[in-house]
Amino acid sequence: MGIANLKKLEARRSALHKAHENVKTQVRVCSGTGCAALGAFEVYDALVEESKKAGLPVQVELAPCGKDKDPIFVSLTGCQGFCQIGPLVHILPEDILYTGVKVSSVKDIVGKTLADGQVIDKLLYKNPEDKKRLKGRADIPFYKGQELVALEGCGSVAADSLDSYIASGGFSSLAKALKMDPDQVIAEVEKSGLRGRGGGGFPTGRKWRSCVNATGDERFVICNGDEGDPGAFMDCCIMEGDPYRVIEGMIICAHAVGSSTGFIYVRHEYPRAVERLSLAVKTCEENGLLGTKILGSDLNFDISVARGGGAFVCGESTALMRSIEGSVGEPRAKYVRSVQRGFRDKPTVLNNVETFACVPSIINEGSDWFASRGTEKSSGTKAFCLVGKVVNTGLIEVPMGTKLRDVVFGIGGGIIDGRPFKAVQTGGPSGGCLGENYLDLPVDFDALAEAGSMMGSGGMIVMDDRTCMVDVAKYFLNFLMEESCGKCVPCREGVYQLHALLDKLSRGEGEPQDLEKIQRLGKEIQVSSLCGLGKSAPNPVLSTLKNFREEYEAHVNDKRCPAGVCRDITTFTIDPDKCTGCLVCKKACPPDAISGEKKQVHVIDQDKCTQCGACRLVCKFDAVVTS
Amino acid sequence: MYIYIDGKKISANDGETILAVANRNNIYIPTLCHHEALDDVGACRVCMVEITHKDWGGWTNLVTACLYPVEEGLVISTSSDAVRRSRGTTLDLLMARCPTSDVIRWMAEENGEISVRYEQVDDGSKCIMCSLCVRACEKMGCNAIGTVGRGHDKKIAPPFFENPENCIGCGACAAICPTGHIEMKDTRTTREIWEKKFDFVACEVCGEPVMTEEYRDYAIANRDLPADYYTTCSACKKKKLASHFDKVGS
Ligand SMILES: Cc1cc2nc3c(=O)[nH]c(=O)nc-3n(C[C@H](O)[C@H](O)[C@H](O)COP(=O)(O)O)c2cc1C
Ligand code: SF4
Ligand code: SF4
Ligand code: SF4
Ligand code: SF4
Ligand code: FES
Ligand code: FES
Repeated sequence: MGIANLKKLEARRSALHKAHENVKTQVRVCSGTGCAALGAFEVYDALVEESKKAGLPVQVELAPCGKDKDPIFVSLTGCQGFCQIGPLVHILPEDILYTGVKVSSVKDIVGKTLADGQVIDKLLYKNPEDKKRLKGRADIPFYKGQELVALEGCGSVAADSLDSYIASGGFSSLAKALKMDPDQVIAEVEKSGLRGRGGGGFPTGRKWRSCVNATGDERFVICNGDEGDPGAFMDCCIMEGDPYRVIEGMIICAHAVGSSTGFIYVRHEYPRAVERLSLAVKTCEENGLLGTKILGSDLNFDISVARGGGAFVCGESTALMRSIEGSVGEPRAKYVRSVQRGFRDKPTVLNNVETFACVPSIINEGSDWFASRGTEKSSGTKAFCLVGKVVNTGLIEVPMGTKLRDVVFGIGGGIIDGRPFKAVQTGGPSGGCLGENYLDLPVDFDALAEAGSMMGSGGMIVMDDRTCMVDVAKYFLNFLMEESCGKCVPCREGVYQLHALLDKLSRGEGEPQDLEKIQRLGKEIQVSSLCGLGKSAPNPVLSTLKNFREEYEAHVNDKRCPAGVCRDITTFTIDPDKCTGCLVCKKACPPDAISGEKKQVHVIDQDKCTQCGACRLVCKFDAVVTS
Repeated sequence: MYIYIDGKKISANDGETILAVANRNNIYIPTLCHHEALDDVGACRVCMVEITHKDWGGWTNLVTACLYPVEEGLVISTSSDAVRRSRGTTLDLLMARCPTSDVIRWMAEENGEISVRYEQVDDGSKCIMCSLCVRACEKMGCNAIGTVGRGHDKKIAPPFFENPENCIGCGACAAICPTGHIEMKDTRTTREIWEKKFDFVACEVCGEPVMTEEYRDYAIANRDLPADYYTTCSACKKKKLASHFDKVGS
């Protein structure tokens, strides 16, 4: 059944709403990457099967059939955010969030909750602070303080269902945009203050307008779903969990800039995103939402899903376009901007997945609505991947301008084991590290940049006192060194030398002039490299050198790693006053370097110790100390 | 349009690069990965210049002269402090990578004293990854060599590191290489390059090598040239031409 025009879209929506009204209970099984890996699909199958066996009126599709009375709608959603405690099953309207659900829990869920309305206590989230069970998202600190815009549908709509998306209001924004002049659409996006979520923070409306103003007989719209940052998965979740939203955002852009061809470039390692997006594109084509005369308008627009080239640098705009053209994904100098000469040398709009995902809300709710969130120069909300040494990790979205403290200690629930906070790393591999004195920094594009870090695509890694900042910088530089395409000298040779200098410090061989050398080389790499990778590669070291200089100095002057991480200059000993003789470290030590009887003070044989740090990690009494 | 290079007002054409205008006016900007006949890639970064404009409110930027298109009123400095620092760092880094390359050392000395020494990567390679050889070979239409790998380990090599099937032994790559990294061994009758051996066509007049047999076959198939192009060496061709003119003249 095609959706030939706007009227038919609304007819379809109201039919779906009617079907929805009857639904008594919604069971949303998270099928995001995390939960899927823990067996979410099996849980879903078992839930459907078991409910049928129990004679419950289950529906797996939101079909306006109306046969069943009080049906139960069971769906697979995208990531619900709190992957750490998955697989998650969210039951509505009661707002019951079941965590760590296994196939063996399904019988109870069906028998007790779905059939009988009881809440199963042991499947609820346990608040680590007071060990109390909390029933739903409304009660759980991780979800409080979040505001979902780009992630609105991720975790709520059925990920592979066009109907589910339409029922949730999907494509009403496109319908509205099609009734507007392209110029008006661009003006709305400009007024919303939306800035690119892929890293640079370039104003999206201005980008679209420059594309319209550029001369060319053909224009392209490309969605950047390469997401090469290790540990980042926001875009993956959106593409897998709410693919139609991305497509809707792109169609609106096509209408605004006058394009008839679009691409979604998806990271190599995201097969499910490719699958879901391809299915969504096909379904849209079949339903008249892509192709010719979209929703009865004059707009023709096609989208192809392209698979990424595999390298981190392929996410860079010029490399990405070369890669779709079929050449090697190597960056080119950008003295002529892509909006003027991009894909096949034609004017091209390239935006990030999350950027496109914000567009439908902006058109629907209005630019003022969007601009009223966030800060003056960074409007709206931003998705982050919160990981590292925080109690709660996962996918979150908060208004721009939220303080780091509220993210780390509010949503994140503080540092694991109550250890001291040391730093938070933002911006992906080429981002920077901010220490305690930045905890009250409002997170937005400019505040992060001023503090020597960056927004990047939204990675956020929390670090505790046992993290060495020299080691962290070395780790990221190693990543960037390996991912450098090797085309230009400052990046290829310079990042290699920066890494070599850091390695020298971590071995305790640093010389007094090395810090100055690092600083100068870093600055020159920033100004001399060809593309954004090289230009931002020195950030991890420059930001840590600025914010944690004493730690660098300790490595150079005292040949000491204060965090006890750099092996060559760290000695592990056991504090006899604290050691209880519990044997735990002894068992954990790979080379058997620890001796001691039960309930007697343990001792480390320095000749055997390899400084692996395992003993310190397992000791419950903080008895293992480093010097 | 007019632009300013090191304080001099110079006329320039739309679509030209800074380097093209500078070269036309005999203003020296060092380059390592540029060649008139090939497309520029901006890899070596030694052609860095500093630009600004009266409308930019004091903002300046470092750009590569070989790629940056000129615009009306552009103010360019080819040797400001920022340029020398950037170029100096690039050359210092290349010195560490290719310590045996004379070209790099000369260029570094010319830029100013060598300021920073970096850990030497002494793999004996003189390759600075400028990719001129790859582009030259591509221009020949052979595509016999390319880049392999990425980052610091990136190398110029034939596919699969085997002797390149498409190589015709024309020697363009070796001739264009700024550092002399590509080894080419010629005898009177043979040539060896990329570990592939070629036999020369001998000049029918003097017996000196004309070109490799593979090059001849390739040229016959792809170019429209007079028959004696393949049979006489350039010296003899010249002599022949000269005697022709002598005859015409007398
Ligand atoms: C090395 C490098 C990697 C990048 N990777 C990504 C990426 O994975 N995803 C992305 O959206 N943008 C990435 N970018 C930024 C893009 O070049 C581009 O700015 C962005 O996609 C534009 O979209 P936006 O304005 O919506 O952010 C990368 C940039 C660099 C320099
Ligand atoms: S900066 Fe690095 S990644 Fe970018 S072109 Fe140069 S070598 Fe390649
Ligand atoms: S640091 Fe590792 S090797 Fe050394 S004593 Fe502890 S566990 Fe054993
Ligand atoms: S000698 Fe071979 S590799 Fe070199 S340019 Fe000629 S064909 Fe290419
Ligand atoms: S071999 Fe020579 S021409 Fe080829 S990339 Fe290396 S330095 Fe440049
Ligand atoms: S994958 Fe299920 S919550 Fe993220
Ligand atoms: S000559 Fe311009 S970058 Fe090499």
